[in-house]
Amino acid sequence: MPAGFTAADFYYLLPELLLTGGALLVLVIDVVLPRRDWATLGMSLLTLSVTGAAVIGFTGVDTTISAGLLAIDGFATFFKMIVIVSALMTVLMSPSYLRVEAVRPGEYYFLILCATLGMLFMASGVDLITLFIGLETMAVSFYILAGYLKPSQRSNEASVKYFLLGAFSLGILLYGMSLLYGVTGTTSLAGIAEALASGERSLILSLALVLLVAGMGFKIAAVPFHMWAPDVYEGAPTPVTAYLSVASKAASFAMILRIFMEGLPSLAADWQVLFWVLAAVTMTVGNIAALTQSNTKRMLAYSSIAHAGYILIGLVAATERGVAAAMVYLWVYIFMQLGAFAVVAMLRRQDVIGDELKDLSGLYLRKPFAAVAMLIFMLSLGGIPPTAGFMGKLWLFGAAIESGFVWLAVIFVVNSVISLYYYYRVIVFMWLKDETVGSDIAMGPAMATALVIAVVGSLLFGVYPQLLFDHAQLAADMFGSAVSTTALR
Amino acid sequence: MAEAIVFWTLAVLILGLGIMVISARSAVHSVLFLVVNFLLVAVLYVMLNAEFVAVIQVLVYAGGIVVLYLFVVMLVSLKKAPERYADPRRVAWTGTLLAGAVLLEVVAIVVASSGGGEPAATEGALGAADTPFAECGAGPLVSCNTEQLGWVLYTSYLIPFEVASMLLLVAMIGAIVLAKRHL
Repeated sequence: MPAGFTAADFYYLLPELLLTGGALLVLVIDVVLPRRDWATLGMSLLTLSVTGAAVIGFTGVDTTISAGLLAIDGFATFFKMIVIVSALMTVLMSPSYLRVEAVRPGEYYFLILCATLGMLFMASGVDLITLFIGLETMAVSFYILAGYLKPSQRSNEASVKYFLLGAFSLGILLYGMSLLYGVTGTTSLAGIAEALASGERSLILSLALVLLVAGMGFKIAAVPFHMWAPDVYEGAPTPVTAYLSVASKAASFAMILRIFMEGLPSLAADWQVLFWVLAAVTMTVGNIAALTQSNTKRMLAYSSIAHAGYILIGLVAATERGVAAAMVYLWVYIFMQLGAFAVVAMLRRQDVIGDELKDLSGLYLRKPFAAVAMLIFMLSLGGIPPTAGFMGKLWLFGAAIESGFVWLAVIFVVNSVISLYYYYRVIVFMWLKDETVGSDIAMGPAMATALVIAVVGSLLFGVYPQLLFDHAQLAADMFGSAVSTTALR
Repeated sequence: MAEAIVFWTLAVLILGLGIMVISARSAVHSVLFLVVNFLLVAVLYVMLNAEFVAVIQVLVYAGGIVVLYLFVVMLVSLKKAPERYADPRRVAWTGTLLAGAVLLEVVAIVVASSGGGEPAATEGALGAADTPFAECGAGPLVSCNTEQLGWVLYTSYLIPFEVASMLLLVAMIGAIVLAKRHL
């Protein structure tokens, strides 16, 4: 074997290899067994489960492979699990939706799996090149998925908008990365941290920092880089929207945490200010814009923008505790957000698009289980105990206070209160209004499974969060030393 | 000195052509300006002793991709944008102002940071020192960066390289999915 690459690398790449193989098999099965949609569905579920098992198998490993391009550590494992669980739930909520929209699911599942593959590399990349390739694989899959409903003009618009703005933001991100490479002479995050360890500043470095923040800000839909999100979320097929708002956000946060905490800890003072402003503006604008929405998907889009602002608090704190809090929040966020989108996807019938708030009216009378589930998701998104959302918020709040960002914590709490209004509106429509529209709502077994997973997740981590906290703390530990020294300096 | 003259001439030309690309009225003209732009960038690569990248730039970008652009431009009938989007003056003004501000900022940063000595070592940046071809690249123009690139691409950077192949597959499938009316 040549330098920098060993047989062990293949062993540690097992999850990625399994996922790639499974994705390719889905394509083959689609050709061999046409018109049998259960086959591709089953293959996708099997692939994701096996990949998930392989990822769990590497718990406790802490090593870098392939000449330091990829890290297999607790942090990567944590985010890989987030991505795989959300992919599983997305696939589960897809079949009934795709049937109503009358599109063939073969390539759809392939693209979902490829987006997942890209995210796995974003979670474990510790080199700008790996991170970028992972990001691009994810992004290209999403450009196509957003426009998967070809007859729908909204879907086409979403795809084109996401593609154009996405390509533009990737250009900005790449420019930032290339400047960083120019200054430090290396693309490895550890190497960058070493080259900048002296604390020497230059204007070029500041420019690189700003470009990086802007490029990544687009991916997590932070204000002022959020303009695309509501339109894309509204137009894309609902399961894709769910996946986009959860997994792509989580993977981008993994990349942000890696780049800034591991690669640029010596510039922490600079990017903390940038992210402070970004977090405050993002949650405020997201929440205020969500107040007036009458379309559930748009409302959830703005709510997801606001949540990106909350999670940024963990990064602003820039401590072990802050990173752990951001990770905890991202983990509980997948259940509540995916669950809410699953209910919206379920409302799509032949005669109803189902994404307006009024389509939710009378849901309690028709599908009590779905209504109760949606109630739990809304309470969790709003941060009401005993749901998981409350625990996540509590940790973020604690991290902000601990690092001395009292004002940010205050803005955070005020925003949480504002957000309760529009989550409450959803509950009002479901329980207090009883005029129902359209035909009966059907809930298939796959959709029911997705909802059950989401409900269990939203409640379990609310009443028994210890397990999650321990894992997040363990995974965030590796950032600890790098940042606490900078904070003291 | 001669190098500096060539560089600045190229830089001015490349920037000028870039502006022509986005300001040309006809899409075909835009594409043709883009070809020349790509060719001049290739010259820049040659000056940096990156002959392989330069050749690829000419073959793939100036050759292949631009031809595709031309096909698209000629196949898709480009009509005028609908009236309601057409408020060219206002859009142009805000755009120009913002772009100008960013440009000023970047230029200021570059000017302020220039003269800060040599940039960080580029030798061995690609890991060239670890390759068996470390002895080449000594001459001013005769380097063997093709071998070096190939070496790092298939050893240290094998994984990103393979992921890129999946990326291309996704793009291909995507093109088929989006282009075919009924699958």
